[in-house]
Amino acid sequence: MKRSRVPGRILQILVAVFLYAPILVLIVFSFNSDRSRVNFKGFTLDWYRKLFENDQVLSALSLTLILAFLSALIATVIGTVSAIGFYNMKKRPRKLLLGLNNIPVVNPDIITGVSLMLVFVLCVNFLNTLGAGFSLGFGTLLIAHVTFNIPFVILSVLPKLRQLNKNTYEAALDLGASPIRAYRKVILPEILPGVVSGAIIAFTMSIDDFLISYFTTGPSAQTLPMRIYAMTRKRISPEINALSTLMFVTVLALLIIINILQTRDQKRKERRL
Amino acid sequence: MRRGLLRALKTRPGRLLAAPYIVWMALFTVIPLLLVVWFSFTTPEGGFSFDNFSQLLGYGAYFGRSFWLAALSTVICLVIGYPLAYAMSRETGAMRNTAMLLLMLPMWINMLLRTYAWMSILENRGLLNQLLSFLRLPTLHIINTPAAVAVGMVYNYLPFMVLPILTVIQKIDKSVVEAAQDLGGNQLTVFKRVVLPLSLPGVLSGITMVFVPGVSTFIISQTLGGGNSKMLGELIEMQFLGGTYNPYLGSAISLVMMVIVLISMAVMNRFGEGEEEVMVL
Repeated sequence: MKRSRVPGRILQILVAVFLYAPILVLIVFSFNSDRSRVNFKGFTLDWYRKLFENDQVLSALSLTLILAFLSALIATVIGTVSAIGFYNMKKRPRKLLLGLNNIPVVNPDIITGVSLMLVFVLCVNFLNTLGAGFSLGFGTLLIAHVTFNIPFVILSVLPKLRQLNKNTYEAALDLGASPIRAYRKVILPEILPGVVSGAIIAFTMSIDDFLISYFTTGPSAQTLPMRIYAMTRKRISPEINALSTLMFVTVLALLIIINILQTRDQKRKERRL
Repeated sequence: MRRGLLRALKTRPGRLLAAPYIVWMALFTVIPLLLVVWFSFTTPEGGFSFDNFSQLLGYGAYFGRSFWLAALSTVICLVIGYPLAYAMSRETGAMRNTAMLLLMLPMWINMLLRTYAWMSILENRGLLNQLLSFLRLPTLHIINTPAAVAVGMVYNYLPFMVLPILTVIQKIDKSVVEAAQDLGGNQLTVFKRVVLPLSLPGVLSGITMVFVPGVSTFIISQTLGGGNSKMLGELIEMQFLGGTYNPYLGSAISLVMMVIVLISMAVMNRFGEGEEEVMVL
């Protein structure tokens, strides 16, 4: 019955080549001594040095990390609390609210971006007629990121709540725990994996976002993807290659570490069985 | 009776926990979309009109190109992605883990960089043409054509097609497949009658995850498509941040695009007939 796996393997290898050829090109040309994007002249580390001397890139990086951390934190708190609220609701309002919650997930990013931009511009203009000196910037960026992050937290916490055994919560109440204490001691530990994965998704979504940030920020707050966008617009800037190489190596290292930890975890579980 | 009352007392505050987020959604999800609708029926002078929509007729080419390119890329992703997901599902142990890692890794690199990388490959004197002329083959003119945009889309969105399909195929109960084999189905029959129908929800969610970002992209068409293959995303961007500042027209374009996308999704989901939503991750 077992037909050969060869065609499947060949397909996987071809796709791997397709997926990694451009990344390899980026990495190789990050060491190119010539500015050219297509001719390799010789080896240099100049672009890395230039990258680390580029204050704009470094400040964009720190802004991106702060933004991702704050928005993920806020979204995780609001998202977890709201997921518990949704879970306690009757079916019809819950369905309606989950539909609304899904809007930023299914809507094209560009529409989320421009619609938020309209609100922010109107609000800022209105506040400025009252004499305040507001403009689009970190504040609006943070609101936008929290807005598109919360749905992902809710979508990863709700399934965990559905798996809960309701009796344990009621048992805690019967044993005299206050509802808050029962939530903290009984429910929170059970849904924690969902909360953590929601927070991780939110953090990475925020780091990776370009489109929504592009429409909802001002010149005062530029994220790393926006810096990259400005650099790609200039057509030739080998610093981008250096930056991509560093990001690729970081992500690769992180994924390998996670993978090792997971395999170790699995093995430990198997041994226990 | 007393128990019911107790439960009501304890669950009602639970419901209120969602209140702050309901306000948040009203402010930052519902009102923004209503503003898009409001703006698309308003002229810069203020006042209700259908002007923006009649202007849209002049941009038919953008709509046509966006939907055609997104559909084409979705089909290519499906044709490559389904067999790939199937092949990956048959791998075991370390091989499968490695394949998964290789598939996910590019997704973690910013899309701008992934698209930028293709410029040096597809350029007229780029690496692809250097390779072709080295092999004494005719060179290709790809950059700044719709073909380059399609390549960029397939490259960026292929994992979004593979992952949901893979998730669904992996969840198929092995005993169902074995039963079909025991009942005399050959490999093709088993695939056609068992695996394919059961993996359809994954296919549908893969199509959505490729088509929706594809139709609204502006990075890929701007980077690889040049001036001649502009898509809706670029058109919208120009109205909101570019030279031809006109958020009224931009809102109308966004509204029409959103409605067409929603209709296509609704039509597609009718095929899925209330299948449970497939989640990635």
